[in-house]
Amino acid sequence: MLEYGLRFLAGGIAVSAFAAFGDALRPKSFAGLFGAAPSIAVATLLITLSQKGAPFAAVEGRSMMAGALALAAYSWTVCVLLKKLLMSSWTATMVALFVWFVVAFGLSAALFQLS
Amino acid sequence: MIVKFKPSVLRQTRWYEYLFRFVLGGAMTVIAGLIAARFGPVIGGLFLAFPAIFPASATLIEKHVRERKEKAGLPGARRGKEAAALDAAGAALGSFGLAAFGLVIWLMIVPSPAWALVLAAVAWLAVAILAWQVRRWL
Repeated sequence: MLEYGLRFLAGGIAVSAFAAFGDALRPKSFAGLFGAAPSIAVATLLITLSQKGAPFAAVEGRSMMAGALALAAYSWTVCVLLKKLLMSSWTATMVALFVWFVVAFGLSAALFQLS
Repeated sequence: MIVKFKPSVLRQTRWYEYLFRFVLGGAMTVIAGLIAARFGPVIGGLFLAFPAIFPASATLIEKHVRERKEKAGLPGARRGKEAAALDAAGAALGSFGLAAFGLVIWLMIVPSPAWALVLAAVAWLAVAILAWQVRRWL
């Protein structure tokens, strides 16, 4: 229970800090880089290292590469939905989650066989 | 184009919007941990790059830009969407930095955990900025 409390606190702080830093940056396209900051990863890996060890964290890092490429596809899709179809941000970001799941699990299955 | 840091913009964000992001970020970190514990590190690792707070951030950007434009008597709906789209384009470029972060963790965390975290953070920032710069040149 304590572990998950720590995760919640560390994740909340990391995500808020990166998001606030990104908010204050201009131009917007540069600020967007912080939308793909490793906030959840940093919080998770620190705790994973102490709880499950480095080999477990290494496999998470390898999978994270597939997740990051899925995030690139997701963000690009959101951009297209907003610019071309003029969807609201909430709708575009929700619809595009489908792309993240397909690319992330597709790449993971192809490269790591979801073992 | 010069990159600027404008802390005054932070006053536009209300306290409950900060709280919402904190709770969402914390909850997603807990969920990522639960997924890794239940399904193993291969599936768990994917969720370290899940767009957890992206919907909330994009919605906030659209709302803030729309409100600012409408306050100035300008039509804000389209400008709000454009600002959120620009942010998403930046996130797409930043994702390559996130992949570099994962690569460094994968290769280095077993022999040298502390250095792996430091170098992964440096790799994330360097690759993200490089991708953004290359996009501007093209």
